[in-house]
Amino acid sequence: MFYYYLQLGLHSLKRNPLLTALMVFGIALGIGTSMTSLTVFYLMGSDPIPWKSDKLHVVQMDNWSVEQPYRTPNEPPDQVTYLDANALMQAGKADLQTAMFKLVWPLQPDNQDIKPFSSLGRATYTDFFAMFEPPFKYGGPWDRAQDKDHGRVVVLSSATNEKLFGGQDSSGKKVRLNEIDYTVVGVLDKWQPRVKFYDLTNGAFNDSEEYFVPFTTAIELQTQASGNNSCWDNPKPGWDGYLASECVWIQFWVQLNSTARKDEYLSFLNNYVGEQKKLGRFPRALNNRLPDVNEWIVDQGVVPSDAKIQVGLSFAFLIVCLVNTIGLLLAKFMRKSSEIGLRRALGATRGQLFSQHLIEAGVIGISGGLIGLFLTWLGLMAVRSLYKDLNSVAHMDWFMVLTAIALSVTAAVLAGLFPTWKACQITPATQLKTQ
Amino acid sequence: MLKMKHLSKVYRTHLIETHALRDFSIHVREGEFVAVTGPSGSGKTTFLNIAGLLEEFSGGEFWVDGVDVRGMNDDQRSRLRNEKIGFIFQGFNLIPDLNLFDNVDVPLRYRGFSAADRKRRIEENLGRVGLASRMKHYPAELSGGQQQRVAIARALAGSPRLLLADEPTGNLDSLMARGVLELLEEINRQGTTIIMVTHDPELAARAHRNVHVIDGQVTDFDAEPQLRVPSGNATAAVA
Repeated sequence: MFYYYLQLGLHSLKRNPLLTALMVFGIALGIGTSMTSLTVFYLMGSDPIPWKSDKLHVVQMDNWSVEQPYRTPNEPPDQVTYLDANALMQAGKADLQTAMFKLVWPLQPDNQDIKPFSSLGRATYTDFFAMFEPPFKYGGPWDRAQDKDHGRVVVLSSATNEKLFGGQDSSGKKVRLNEIDYTVVGVLDKWQPRVKFYDLTNGAFNDSEEYFVPFTTAIELQTQASGNNSCWDNPKPGWDGYLASECVWIQFWVQLNSTARKDEYLSFLNNYVGEQKKLGRFPRALNNRLPDVNEWIVDQGVVPSDAKIQVGLSFAFLIVCLVNTIGLLLAKFMRKSSEIGLRRALGATRGQLFSQHLIEAGVIGISGGLIGLFLTWLGLMAVRSLYKDLNSVAHMDWFMVLTAIALSVTAAVLAGLFPTWKACQITPATQLKTQ
Repeated sequence: MLKMKHLSKVYRTHLIETHALRDFSIHVREGEFVAVTGPSGSGKTTFLNIAGLLEEFSGGEFWVDGVDVRGMNDDQRSRLRNEKIGFIFQGFNLIPDLNLFDNVDVPLRYRGFSAADRKRRIEENLGRVGLASRMKHYPAELSGGQQQRVAIARALAGSPRLLLADEPTGNLDSLMARGVLELLEEINRQGTTIIMVTHDPELAARAHRNVHVIDGQVTDFDAEPQLRVPSGNATAAVA
């Protein structure tokens, strides 16, 4: 009977093309609006590295002033000092670990046709590549010895390699950064984490870096971080004074492959801070934390509260569209009263008529859903052109496509429930008499 | 085939009660062709709707083909109606955007017949009413008489034991009315019981037996069925 009901549904929709178009477009508009905002919202908050997000942890140590917390109510800083980053790297207690910071250096291409340009980079340790798993197109990361020896080596992004070397394998070639030549050891394939979770201090949806160099090299070259820098006490003068200060400017991530390893590392951190307290540092109460990727995304408010309000409003709009569809379906089904009465007289049970009309509502829902998907695609395109920083999250994925269809059909069936129930209450005799 | 004993039907609102049928008793035997006559508002159509299980009754007893209808739920009544009863309406009641084939198919779909069986029944019954060649036509392309023939084919397609006709010729001119009536007589001769509500005395005269209804009660009836009853022992009587 399903195929028969489907045929009847399609037939019925063709009977009043204008009414059908109004209902379908109403649902499509509601779906398009709500799915656009929901997609952005969902992708903003979704796990950017689901296969290991529970193993990657940010290191937070509360070295802040005793007079006030870094952030109320009692949040430790989001970054660490050079002193602590260096000590933790030296200790090497995690399965993998990296300190890192954002830098901006001028890049001077060999090709005279390309003018030098300011480029975004990241100073980090080789473990970065094993921890965050950016895909390599050519070569690979530098090794630990080069971390130790302040190697003049670089890993290029795919786009930078395209710009400088036309996309060819540039391993072994030189790249001049800030007046110093670096040897290319690897080239990444396209890599743009949906949320730039490994450094949320300068925007969660920024582009990924154009190159990566060893942390130790950048420090040796006295490179100031181009990212966020916070101090609660004035640093002593000079580069060494800055390195020895309580200023936090380095992101520190560890990979801990089990809960036990996490417990061990937290214990190590607590001991470390205890030792530092003896040296007069860390005046606040012990407040070390190791949030994983998803906890970090929530903690850092990657999904802004106005995005939640926007989703709420768009769903309110969907409800308005549904109420409109309920009215139109009611009108449509009531206009079919005589046919419903006739079908009852010819032996249809209420259940059969209920199924028939729900399937008709479902057909409207699927049609609305498909058009709604198209509107969602348009909406996301508009979001991308209006908000460049949301480029990485304003995309449809299969989950959201299926969600849109399911939401649309559910919405249409829900909208169809009352009109269908009402239609099935029709007394056949009354309708047949009024023919 | 159809038996009602002391049946009543009361329409109630919070202000008034209207007795559409009261102490209504009738017994229609298999193979009869019974005309129900009476003035407007007498209760003829209410009787027909109750007989067709389209409306519930307030009191009394009622059997269709030996099945006690009391206490049946809506689904059971729908199934019984689908299996045993065919309807012919004054206004034909064809679905305008379905072709003749699909119109006749409607009751068969709810009956759950196979596609091949449905096709055979539709072709056979449209052939029986002389419209086999117009199966793909739509109701609007037919005359009133032809539309009523389609309605008859639809009523017959499920091989009902009882055919209920409500003013079947009311919307037709005399020539077409005669054609439809002859078709009904033919169907009756082949064994289908027919109860027909009509205002037309000429039409009523063609039935085996007349039942006259006034104020929801049977006031007059032919005690004996006419000679046109096909099977030897088929008689009709008001119980």
